[in-house]
Amino acid sequence: MIRQLAKSIREYKKDSILTPIFVAFEVILEAIIPFVIAQLVNQIRVGAGIEVILNYGFILIGLALLSLLFGFLSGYVCATASTGFAKNLRHDIFEKVQGFSFANIDKFSAASLVTRLTTDVQNATMAFMMLIRTAIRAPMNLVFSFVMAYIMGGKMALIFLVVMPILVGGLYLIARKAMPLFRMGFPKYDALNESVEENVKGMRVVKSFVREEYEMEKFDKASDDIRVIFEKAEKILAFNGPLMQMCLNVVMVFVLSVGSRTIITTQGQALDIGQFSTLLTYSFQILSSLMMLSMIFVMLTFSYESAKRICEVLREESTIHSPDNPILEVKDGSIDFEDVSFKYSHLAEQPVLRGIDLHIQSGETIGIIGGTGSGKSSLVQLIPRLYDATNGKVRVGGVDVRDYDLEVLRDSVAMVLQKNVLFSGTIKENLRWGNKEASDEELKEACRLAGAEEFILQFPDQYDTYIEQGGTNVSGGQKQRLCIARALLKKPKILILDDSTSAVDTKTDALIRKAMREYIPETTKIIIAQRTSSVEDADRIIVMHNGEIDAIGTSAELLKTNKIYREVYLSQNKQGNELEEETLEMAGGLA
Amino acid sequence: MKKKNRAGILKRIFKLLFSFYPRLLPVMIVLILVNAIISAIPSVFQQNIIATIENARNTNLPWEEVKGTVYYFVGILIALYITSILANIAFHQLSAVITQGFLAKLRNLMFNHMQTLPIRYFDTNKHGDIMSHYTNDIDSMRQMVSQSFPQLLISLVTVTTILSIMMYYSIWMGLVIIFGATLSIFVTRKVGGLSARYFVRQQKTTGLTEGFIEELIHGQKVVKVFNHEEEAQIDFDKVNEQLCHDSKMANRYSNILMPILNNIGYLIYVAVAVAGGIFIQKGVPNFSISGLPFSIAVVVPFLGMSRQFAGSINQVSPQINSIVMGLAGAERIFELLDEEEETDEGYVELVNAKYVDGEIVESDIQTGFWAWKHPHKAEGTITYTPLQGDVRMFDVDFAYTPDKVVLHNISLYAKPGQKVAFVGATGAGKTTITNLINRFYDIADGKIRYDGININKIKKASLRKSLGIVLQETVLFTGTVMDNIRYGKLEATDEECIAAAKLAGADEFIRTLPNGYQTLLDGDGSNLSQGQCQLLAIARAAVANPPVMILDEATSSIDTRTEQIVQEGMDALMKGRTVFVIAHRLSTVKNADVIIVLDHGHIIERGTHEELLEQKGEYYQLYTGAFELE
Repeated sequence: MIRQLAKSIREYKKDSILTPIFVAFEVILEAIIPFVIAQLVNQIRVGAGIEVILNYGFILIGLALLSLLFGFLSGYVCATASTGFAKNLRHDIFEKVQGFSFANIDKFSAASLVTRLTTDVQNATMAFMMLIRTAIRAPMNLVFSFVMAYIMGGKMALIFLVVMPILVGGLYLIARKAMPLFRMGFPKYDALNESVEENVKGMRVVKSFVREEYEMEKFDKASDDIRVIFEKAEKILAFNGPLMQMCLNVVMVFVLSVGSRTIITTQGQALDIGQFSTLLTYSFQILSSLMMLSMIFVMLTFSYESAKRICEVLREESTIHSPDNPILEVKDGSIDFEDVSFKYSHLAEQPVLRGIDLHIQSGETIGIIGGTGSGKSSLVQLIPRLYDATNGKVRVGGVDVRDYDLEVLRDSVAMVLQKNVLFSGTIKENLRWGNKEASDEELKEACRLAGAEEFILQFPDQYDTYIEQGGTNVSGGQKQRLCIARALLKKPKILILDDSTSAVDTKTDALIRKAMREYIPETTKIIIAQRTSSVEDADRIIVMHNGEIDAIGTSAELLKTNKIYREVYLSQNKQGNELEEETLEMAGGLA
Repeated sequence: MKKKNRAGILKRIFKLLFSFYPRLLPVMIVLILVNAIISAIPSVFQQNIIATIENARNTNLPWEEVKGTVYYFVGILIALYITSILANIAFHQLSAVITQGFLAKLRNLMFNHMQTLPIRYFDTNKHGDIMSHYTNDIDSMRQMVSQSFPQLLISLVTVTTILSIMMYYSIWMGLVIIFGATLSIFVTRKVGGLSARYFVRQQKTTGLTEGFIEELIHGQKVVKVFNHEEEAQIDFDKVNEQLCHDSKMANRYSNILMPILNNIGYLIYVAVAVAGGIFIQKGVPNFSISGLPFSIAVVVPFLGMSRQFAGSINQVSPQINSIVMGLAGAERIFELLDEEEETDEGYVELVNAKYVDGEIVESDIQTGFWAWKHPHKAEGTITYTPLQGDVRMFDVDFAYTPDKVVLHNISLYAKPGQKVAFVGATGAGKTTITNLINRFYDIADGKIRYDGININKIKKASLRKSLGIVLQETVLFTGTVMDNIRYGKLEATDEECIAAAKLAGADEFIRTLPNGYQTLLDGDGSNLSQGQCQLLAIARAAVANPPVMILDEATSSIDTRTEQIVQEGMDALMKGRTVFVIAHRLSTVKNADVIIVLDHGHIIERGTHEELLEQKGEYYQLYTGAFELE
């Protein structure tokens, strides 16, 4: 896992290596300085002259400046290394996601990918920063200070061997008690924030039902539950400070009493006063390094989960690739399904599509109708290879879709997704997703075809109107028309509209279909709809039912022969049973 | 943020803290003070011990003779330590209580205040922005309250204590240290200020980057369909680079601050040592409170104290970032708290009532019969009128912003049990009219009467209780199916809820759910289909059983079979009630008692389906050609 993440260091390798080196120098200097200070104190005590004091002064200033230099450098390169690492990590994840197939995206879900790119990267960066800086600093500091303490105080330094296990044991106990509480608290905290979001979104409902106080009570209770958990956790964690203080004090008392005795009984030979006070300084450093180590330990365990989740994304292999010698041209817009079946996951028991045999000629207009879960969307998603068929073959222009270069295929097969989005940016920018080089004229033409021009011209900024994130400042029908225009700009050989005019009025809907028939006759058009009026005039209509093709035919044919189509048609067009016969007669007449 | 503003925010935070914990907070402050003083004192006794030993060594006293003095001081030290540890434990425990309590209380304060805000607030602020008050802003205050404030206070006390002790020994030497401290503070302000500035900037870029990621990843499938992966990557790298730059600068400044301050501490140390040496050698007369002459006994403790002094100042520096960010967060939270509440000057109330001898009287128990309780101040009398569901609008004008009137001269009436259907294009004002009836927004001109009472006189809660609503976009809450239905009437029994579900046609599908009525729903109803969500919303409105309903029919496509069930549910809900419906379905319009055709905020046609078809006007156009479904 660490190796996987380390790949994102790249150009920051130098900084990442320099950081611990600078830190090491910094630590060494920090260990030496108190030693020199001890000498100085001793000199002053014995009444040394100004020259001696100045001498030590200069040495100290020199050391301080050096330590400053290394401290500065380590801080500087550490910032470069860790933020650079974060940048590369984000880049790598994002890049990986760009290469994901629909199946990959479904597996993770968008929301979880967002968390991995944001919160998890933050946690991983924090851990990285700790590793190259603090994780070097703390143990080195511990060792150096201990060595120095031993040099200074001799056997007295062994007191640390007694105190250290107490401190470590105490810290471990505290962490072990507090961590489960935090683990329990954080998800609850997230849930609380989600409930706030729910409340904000549903404010109209809250106010309509006069449920403000009910919501307040609910929130107060949830909020208080969280307080109880975190308060408990923090109360446990709050023993860290006093524990550290206690250990330090034990050392102090020991050094002061035993040390005093040693100084006097050995006449200052085993220990002198300067060393004595320096020993106290080192004891502080040793114990605080231990503290820091325990903190690193806690932080690393927290970020472990994040690192694992990042690696899951980085290790995920895209399920769909371009072949090695791809075909770079799509000849025409003909589509063939040969005994195709499809499952979203190999774990699924039932296939979503079964035994699909279907041949569509270039330039045909095909309507698809069927209930929720009948497999309409799944069927068309196989054409631009958003998913691969589990069994059987899908051909476009006579060639297996798996033999095309993906980009070429998807450029020729434009699909307006059911759950479509516009991106923040002007209308023009959004349209140019379809074709970067499209001229203003082409944009306008596409919008005319999609029935979007009319409302765009009503906006004060027309084509430069800024679309807010999520397209919140245009209505559902307007959004759908913009999405169609965007797809039209690709000048595709096959155009798939997956329930893309559900919020457009029937008149405009009809106009769009008429325009497409007239202006792009050679393009194969596949229209999925809930409304029979949207597919009525198609060359052929496919009725889907439970993952199978129930019937294919013209509207008139299907009205006569297909029960599903007739039911849907009648329920949408005429009210009441008395009209049914009339319609049937009419349909019969047409046939 | 202006300086004055900062002081104001700080003051407000403390006021808040104090109002939450009027007793604990002072205790906490006392504890901090005691703690800081106690932890400064031991250095004096350490010096005493050192001085004793020194004295013993110079005079060659044996250990047995010094032992008593040393152990005496050590004893005092132990006592001090224990007190200090106990005070420390008390302080930390209290701090955990106050911090978590403060955050929880602040959250509740925000949330409770938010419930009282008018719909306008939610319509004009992005939901993401509102949310960040609860996440980012609260988080940024946590650090400030739990660590920065206490640390600041501790350092302040320690510094003052040490300074007093130093002044006791020697004012000259004290000045040397004060000079060094000034330098440290200066550096902290410069470097720390820069660091804080970049941290604030980093916070902003982080927000931008997260927004970008959110948008792109949620639109990833569209990115793929358009082969837009490379462009997306390029755009992302730009944002990413900016974030990297800002956080690099922020981290650099904060990383180098500590080494600088530490080493300034050493320089001060050297300065004290050299100055002390010179003073002793040259025999400079000391100037101090104690009146002690310059000697090693003065200089050595000074050296120790100078380190402690520098240490205290250094402890403050890491807190600067969190204080700057905490204040910025607090400012935004206060903005929310300062938002003006929805006003309610109504005094007419909806009460349970019953007939006694042909007169309506208020009842304490649920009677299922409601009446408006209308006090008349002038006469000092109270009249009761039965709740019927008669709504009339007279010459109503409305504007969301004063310069743009969106409704002109709207007059309409709906007698109890009548259905009024609104028809018209997007932006014609259909939804706006319904927003006025339940007073989500207040009319600019004209009058709206409910059962003959001006709705401005009716308490908003009572008014809204008398109006049911089913929105186009269904909102459900995290909880069981039963909870969601009961939302319409909290005191409803399970039987009532099930009856409502049956009425709505939801009962059938609910029974197929894994746990039936006890199935837990995600907030966004993601485990239900759109149609099923709508059925639940209908059931929720049905259980409330109000005389007047506002319905906004959904346009989104649900499959035909579910749609039929939804339609039947809607029809059942409408039966026997006054209904305002924003219509998208033909059958709804046909069954309406009156159809109101709106265009750009004007009523352009009105009448029954047949009448309007005969007119061959706009409605005829809509009916025959297109039904604008938006």
